[in-house]
Amino acid sequence: MSVVDAPMTPLDEVRKSPSRLRSLLSFLRKHPQAAIGFVILMLFVFVAIFGPYFAPYGEREQVGPIFGTPSSAHPLGLDDGGIDILSLLIYGARVTLIVGFAGAVVAMLVGGSIGIISGYFGGKIDNALMRTTDYFLVLPDLVLMIVVASIWGRSLRNIIIIIGLIYWTYMARLIRAQVKVVRERAYVKRAQALGATHTRIIFRHVIPQIAPLLLAQTVLMVALAIFLETAISFLGLGDPSVASWGKMIETAFSRSAISYGAWWAIAPPGIAVALVIMAFNMVGTAAEDSLNPRLRVSHLARRHFRLRPLPDKEPPK
Amino acid sequence: MTEPLLQVDDLVVHYPAGRKRVVHAVDGVSLTVAPGEFVALVGESGCGKTTTAQAIMRMAKVTAGTITYSGCDITTFSQREMRPIRHEMQLIFQDPYESLDPRFRVRDTVIEPLQIHGVTDNREERVRAALERAGLTPAELYIDRYPHELSGGQRQRVSIAASLVLEPTMLLADEPVSMLDVSVRAGILGLLEELRKSGLGILMITHDLSTAAHYANRICVMYLGRVVEEGPAHEVIRNPQHPYTKALVSVVPQPDPDRATKPQILQGETPNPVNVPSGCRFHPRCPVAEARCQNEDPQLRPAGGDGQQAACLLI
Amino acid sequence: MTPVLVIEGLHVWFELPNHKELHAVKGISFELEPGERLGLVGESGCGKTTAILAMMGLLPPTASAAGKIILDGDDILAGGDTTMRPHRWKDISMVFQGAMNAFDPVKTIGSQIQEPIVKAKLAEGKAARLRTAELLELVGISGSRQDRYPHEFSGGMRQRAAIAMALACDPKVLLADEPTTALDVMVQAQILKLLVQLTDDLGLAMIMVTHDLPLVSQVCTRAAVMYAGEIAEIGTTHDLYHKPLHPYTRMLFSATPDLLAEQTVRSIPGAPPRLDQPLVGCPFQPRCDSALTVCASEAAPLRTGPDGHRAYCHLKDTA
Ligand SMILES: Nc1ncnc2c1ncn2[C@@H]1O[C@H](COP(=O)(O)OP(=O)(O)OP(=O)(O)O)[C@@H](O)[C@H]1O
Ligand SMILES: Nc1ncnc2c1ncn2[C@@H]1O[C@H](COP(=O)(O)OP(=O)(O)O)[C@@H](O)[C@H]1O
Ligand code: SF4
Ligand code: SF4
Ligand SMILES: [Mg+2]
Ligand SMILES: [Mg+2]
Repeated sequence: MSVVDAPMTPLDEVRKSPSRLRSLLSFLRKHPQAAIGFVILMLFVFVAIFGPYFAPYGEREQVGPIFGTPSSAHPLGLDDGGIDILSLLIYGARVTLIVGFAGAVVAMLVGGSIGIISGYFGGKIDNALMRTTDYFLVLPDLVLMIVVASIWGRSLRNIIIIIGLIYWTYMARLIRAQVKVVRERAYVKRAQALGATHTRIIFRHVIPQIAPLLLAQTVLMVALAIFLETAISFLGLGDPSVASWGKMIETAFSRSAISYGAWWAIAPPGIAVALVIMAFNMVGTAAEDSLNPRLRVSHLARRHFRLRPLPDKEPPK
Repeated sequence: MTEPLLQVDDLVVHYPAGRKRVVHAVDGVSLTVAPGEFVALVGESGCGKTTTAQAIMRMAKVTAGTITYSGCDITTFSQREMRPIRHEMQLIFQDPYESLDPRFRVRDTVIEPLQIHGVTDNREERVRAALERAGLTPAELYIDRYPHELSGGQRQRVSIAASLVLEPTMLLADEPVSMLDVSVRAGILGLLEELRKSGLGILMITHDLSTAAHYANRICVMYLGRVVEEGPAHEVIRNPQHPYTKALVSVVPQPDPDRATKPQILQGETPNPVNVPSGCRFHPRCPVAEARCQNEDPQLRPAGGDGQQAACLLI
Repeated sequence: MTPVLVIEGLHVWFELPNHKELHAVKGISFELEPGERLGLVGESGCGKTTAILAMMGLLPPTASAAGKIILDGDDILAGGDTTMRPHRWKDISMVFQGAMNAFDPVKTIGSQIQEPIVKAKLAEGKAARLRTAELLELVGISGSRQDRYPHEFSGGMRQRAAIAMALACDPKVLLADEPTTALDVMVQAQILKLLVQLTDDLGLAMIMVTHDLPLVSQVCTRAAVMYAGEIAEIGTTHDLYHKPLHPYTRMLFSATPDLLAEQTVRSIPGAPPRLDQPLVGCPFQPRCDSALTVCASEAAPLRTGPDGHRAYCHLKDTA
């Protein structure tokens, strides 16, 4: 054997696989909505990390009258305890984001592993795990929240667990379906034919292949988790000792901010929650879209190609 | 004849098809491959070629029959016992676009078998040697690339290199060139032929009779889970005995437009292996079937040239 | 006879995401007589599909085209989509590459075959159903099966259905893109026989795209060999096999195993050139076994033979 196909590209042109930062930048450039979402998120993350250093007032510090109206000293007004709402909002960012991330990560770890095991091994294991998943799926979220909160108590940790419990099923089903596809790929079969262990195949071939999907779904799940945290707090099942945005809304309601006409106690945390959820969604959806481009065009459709003049130097054909 | 490297006797693989029915994917296949022998397994799609290969690799559950590899009955081996066999017997897949992990560089793909089988010495050298043996010279030019940076022919070579790196004695190739352009097919097949000359046993699955005729020493023709004709490639092509083989040979398009062909086109397609016809399983499509063909199941018996066998009642 | 279709200097470019341009079809020209079967062969990526998509006016929006596509004397490419649309399906129709797998799994075969009939306002309701049954019978499927779903059909039957769909509006020219790839030898023989019969019976002209030379030899009377977006050689299948003027044609034949011939099969080294860069000289030069010095720098001149045999090569005698 002497003849070899010529390389597709000369060696010096072989593309180096782009760096992570480069590929993130090019992803954001291609998806402007993801870029907007990303900027908003970075803003919130910044506030969550450094907020306490520039929050104008303390988290529990009474600095004015109950439900004091917005003023230049307190741009977002004061709450039922005379605490500066802007400061509360800034402190709350940290709790809210932590709960959102942690809840999503728990859901991802639990759901992801169950989905991978279920999808990869199939058969009896799959049946058993999916049966379990179905039980969790039909369990009403509200009941689950109330049961866990009343048995284990109302703490941040338990909220994270509740979020994980509610969302892992969704993750498990999604990942299972994807793993089932990857498992049938020829390169996985090839590894099996070579005698590779299941652990090796799962970690070397399956997980890297589904990682982008896992990531995109986790991002989407953070939005859901933040929403759920707000709901839990709003129902009064949240951690009483920390001030999340959900908790702010709940307090405002329970201390009749509405009858006081103090919209400023409800709107800012509400808007913050909506904004963060929207931002995570924008990033997550774009990531998801870029993973499964649906490009099929019906061949009966009209196409608009362009016409152009013949090239100047017409080759003699 | 030398001691066969691989011997398959009466292999049966059935898959459940729901409602108590079974798919008779492989239904009594026997074949042998000797060291330095290139055997082609040909037949229409769905006749059980891939399942046969997967059963030999113990990736499909064997329902009955035995698989003997260098004198050793591996039919009931556990996955652990199979590991040393997987070291010596390698499977090459049909689709070069699918059989390489898109996230693995060429080096990672070719080194993986060494990692799996715990070969630690001279890994880099072995990888380079395998790549060059598969015709990817110089190895440096390819070793750091990703599959998407290679042409189809090159990918199939990488796949072959990964099969060669453990220095196997037996290769199973499932339609190794059917996804490739004609211009590169000959290169890959020539490479397999070289490997055969160096002593490997090769079992190649294909539905292209012309390819089988050119590269194989022996051809086994499969129909609906059975080998219906078997023999030296030359005999099977020039002097087919079984009516099915005759039809297959007659429909192969000839490159010379002036060469008159009388294609004997069989109606319909391979019947569903869930309902295998009674008697000779080919009788519903057989152009020369007789009444008894519906009841009697013919076995392989010597017919035509030396070492040639066919399963037809008329022989 | 006056040709039914004349292609004159057809070019197609694709715009690439990196602002480069890929010149996929580089000024091809040929004629198609009524009832003629012409083969279009070449390696993967040489522009076969693109060329016939252009004839259908079904290029994607990233494409631009130039040249002439003359159907019965009128240049239908001149006005772009506006002038192509009235002829699409009605005069020129196509069986797509992989069409048998392109049926919508949730619609019946019949309703999908009816789509072009209804779109072209040829028939409606009951009449359309009747026409669909007629078309299915024409390709050897019982008309009563039109209410079946694609998954109930085998690959060969879906391919027949795809052919029926292309025949829906009684075209004059049928473009068939790899109509038998992915089918078995026996089913392939069935489909080829069907195509030959249809073209003979209906007086239909056909362009069959394939990368399998023996198929062309058996089915077509003439063939064009494409390389890197150009027609390297065109002529009768007899001339291409026995007296090729272009080394590429000869090398393609010797890369194809012949069931009954003993001659060794030789692969063609290297790969086709990239089309997103300008090429100098003969595009086949890096892989050609008879290349001359001029080949690297000068475009190959036209060589002609009897029966419309044309090739672009610097060689002076047969390849
Ligand atoms: N939509 C597109 N955008 C950019 N480039 C394209 C597009 N479609 C085709 N090409 C390029 O145009 C060239 C010709 O493609 P085409 O599909 O016509 O090849 P082909 O001869 O039909 O090959 P095959 O035998 O693989 O079907 C190739 O280099 C291909 O990569
Ligand atoms: N995992 C499976 N479950 C059920 N049926 C199968 C499975 N694998 C293959 N089959 C069936 O067995 C028959 C033989 O298949 P296969 O060995 O893939 O044929 P070939 O490789 O000759 O095309 C086909 O009818 C196929 O549908
Ligand atoms: S046994 Fe009968 S049906 Fe079977 S191949 Fe022979 S003649 Fe045909
Ligand atoms: S022009 Fe030269 S390089 Fe091109 S095909 Fe002819 S001989 Fe070969
Ligand atoms: Mg197969
Ligand atoms: Mg194509």
